[in-house]
Amino acid sequence: MTKALTLALSLLSAPAWADWQINMNKGVTALSREIFDLHMLIFWICVVIGVAVFGVMFYSIFKFRKSKGAVSEHWHENTTVEVVWTVIPSIILIAMAIPATATLMDMYDTSEADVEIQVTGYQWKWRYQYLDEDIDYFSNLATPREEITNEASKNPNYLLEVDNPLVIPANKKVRFLITANDVIHSWWVPHFAVKKDAIPGFINESWVKVEEPGVYRGQCTELCGKDHGFMPVVVEVKSESDYQQWVSDQRAMKLAMAGEASKEFSMDELVAKGEGVYNTACAGCHQPNGQGIPGAFPAITGSTIATGAIDAHVDIIVNGKPGTAMQAFKEQLSAVDIAAVVTYQRNALGNSVGDLVQPNTIQN
Amino acid sequence: MATVDVDLPHVKEDDPHHHGPARGLGRWLYTTNHKDIGSMYLIFSLCMFMIGGIMALIIRAELFQPGLQLVEPNFFNQMTTMHGLIMVFGAVMPAFVGLANWMIPMQVGAPDMALPRMNNWSFWILPFAFLILLSSLFMPGGAPNFGWTFYAPLSTTYAPESVTFFIFGVHIMGASSIMGAINIIATILNMRAPGMTLLKMPLFVWTWLITAFLLIAVMPVLAGVVTMMLMDIHFGTSFFNAAGGGDPVLFQHVFWFFGHPEVYIMILPAFGIISEIIPTFARKRLFGYASMVYAVASIALLSFVVWAHHMFTVGMPLVGEVFFMFATMLIAVPTGVKVFNWVATMFRGSLTFETPMLFALAFVVLFTIGGFSGLMLAIAPADFQYHDTYFVVAHFHYVLVPGAIFSIMAATYYWLPKWTGHQLNETMGKIHFWLSFVGVNITFFPMHFVGLAGMPRRIPDYALQFADFNSMASVGAFIFGFSQLVFIYNVIQNVRVGEKATAQVWEGAQGLEWTLPSPAPYHTFSTPPEVK
Repeated sequence: MTKALTLALSLLSAPAWADWQINMNKGVTALSREIFDLHMLIFWICVVIGVAVFGVMFYSIFKFRKSKGAVSEHWHENTTVEVVWTVIPSIILIAMAIPATATLMDMYDTSEADVEIQVTGYQWKWRYQYLDEDIDYFSNLATPREEITNEASKNPNYLLEVDNPLVIPANKKVRFLITANDVIHSWWVPHFAVKKDAIPGFINESWVKVEEPGVYRGQCTELCGKDHGFMPVVVEVKSESDYQQWVSDQRAMKLAMAGEASKEFSMDELVAKGEGVYNTACAGCHQPNGQGIPGAFPAITGSTIATGAIDAHVDIIVNGKPGTAMQAFKEQLSAVDIAAVVTYQRNALGNSVGDLVQPNTIQN
Repeated sequence: MATVDVDLPHVKEDDPHHHGPARGLGRWLYTTNHKDIGSMYLIFSLCMFMIGGIMALIIRAELFQPGLQLVEPNFFNQMTTMHGLIMVFGAVMPAFVGLANWMIPMQVGAPDMALPRMNNWSFWILPFAFLILLSSLFMPGGAPNFGWTFYAPLSTTYAPESVTFFIFGVHIMGASSIMGAINIIATILNMRAPGMTLLKMPLFVWTWLITAFLLIAVMPVLAGVVTMMLMDIHFGTSFFNAAGGGDPVLFQHVFWFFGHPEVYIMILPAFGIISEIIPTFARKRLFGYASMVYAVASIALLSFVVWAHHMFTVGMPLVGEVFFMFATMLIAVPTGVKVFNWVATMFRGSLTFETPMLFALAFVVLFTIGGFSGLMLAIAPADFQYHDTYFVVAHFHYVLVPGAIFSIMAATYYWLPKWTGHQLNETMGKIHFWLSFVGVNITFFPMHFVGLAGMPRRIPDYALQFADFNSMASVGAFIFGFSQLVFIYNVIQNVRVGEKATAQVWEGAQGLEWTLPSPAPYHTFSTPPEVK
């Protein structure tokens, strides 16, 4: 029936077929297909029970109308019938729960993983740390603000695109260690049937083994504050050789970045770079114009920190402010990025302090 | 329910020595009359339903199209949070308490509630609780924005300052509910007319008795969890703060230990209402009265051991997942029994379809659909795909809107002639029903689809693939929302004018309340009736 309905809908609006998706994604792993089958099994059980119950109900509604001269009978209990319709559903439910338990056991078997990745939720981005490689980066929403505010037309991956996707190898068991830095988040990729809450102070486990390379998109699924709707998950599954290539590229990039941190930058260079960093890392709370949200997030424009001593300004960005939504950015941003964004905040957004900070002083 | 044969010493209760209501505002401020207090609860609930409904329409207007159009994400979160809190604690629960106040004394043959002064107090603290909660919308930082489930640490360390007012408001609502529940239990256990044994009580009375015990059991747990939040926020404790050695998952366990019985608090009285209405319009006694009572009692007991099915993705041990999956599926058995009994009541009856019956029939069908999606959600492995998506939103709105709220509307139409003394305007009632029925399904059915396709709940903006069904849901929401103006019109008109109602009102109605004249006098059953 689902297929027929989908087909009927696709005929109605052929160009926008994907817009009318009405069922769960089957997914791209053995486990996700198993879960899909469970979903369809319980769905059809419900359909059968529904047809039977509603069938009798609508039959009664049409047949036993007073307007058709129906006269009510006087019986009002029947022990046999009542026992039957208590016992049969119980049996159906137990029969249903047994395969579900088997699937659960598969989901919980995180042993013998080939690759291990720690996934950490931050307000409102994901951090991916490869435990066996020296790879550690953040993944931010990449959808331009103009698309969200309807000033530009929306691209097909609207809100489901990031700057740095998670990269994993195909045909390898990848184990995720999921936690959070601030509030509770939840990491979900529908095509993997992997959804696990990211909870500060806890490390949850999950795993995936994807057969085919491809790009898979999901979202945070636990309300985590203002930009909960704007922290997508994008996973790029690469073939084994492409994955190895990517790993060595990441290493090379890391070396290049370390070299850059010792360079001297001009004010214009820092401000220009800082604007991009600000829009990715800061504008979510402090707003693109630096005005903040009164009562929730302070303004940058005219703030005592952004117009006061530069060391204190650097310090709050590097170490954050415990007990508030202000995160420590030392893990998220490179020294160059921190120098750039500090300089930008002091010399743009309505501020004009006139000083700048170089990346090499941040490192110390 | 056993047939109630009543032996009334004198049916005519409006003798001159029975004083009527006081005049002016004082009548409402100082009243200890169960009918006045019941009316105030119902009017209060209707106001909250409208305020919560406006918030729902703001949410649906923003979600009409992808992109941010009307509100900022932070305000959107305030709307989803306040909509949930107001509908649960302000609309559904007070409406059931209002119906209990009006009907329970009349259904058990009591002159009033057992504790009339406490009754007055438990109502009058409610408006203040909600004024406090609503005033947070105008505070710096805005209203609570962490969802009606207020998971820590989003609701503690990361909350707006108004969270303290929210905690105070929840305490007052909880006190009101506990007092209401004590009153209902005291009334039912002590003030039944001679001859009305427990197993002769109408089902609305039975379901409320069980609901009241649930309330007494879990409202203190809610008070406990918000107090722990208060301590974390202001007194330096770390119950839910991992950095201080606390446990954010503990919050969820405590919250859902309250929260799951809470959802039955919002549906058991509805079961009672439907079990009154269907026999009336089928002109046939309720099928399986005793099994109905046992089913409600077992649902209530099971509700204490299923809480963690709201938490399948928090990383519970495997045995925990399996236990909560099996326990949750068990609830489907007594719930199924109730639905089968309602259908069996209709089978070989003599049915008519007045407005209350239409709402009751819609309840049976749509609540059952909500039950089916509940059964699907109970399958723990599949829940990893459903959890926190619009599939869940569709599920609980199916059990709460065409479930709880349709039952409240059915009850209002069913007993309104008894309250006002005027027959219903059936045409207007049917217009309201059909608009609501169509609106509710256009709103919530597509949410199953976007949820399965992968749309998370509580997001102010969404990917393009979800656009079409979201527009559809928004259109439905406006149809449903505005059709409630018809409901308000119907009720006001019925209070003002209408054909004089008889004592019996509905041909097939059974029970003590129908032995009283319509409108029911200000004081009823001053002399208890005899139930044989």
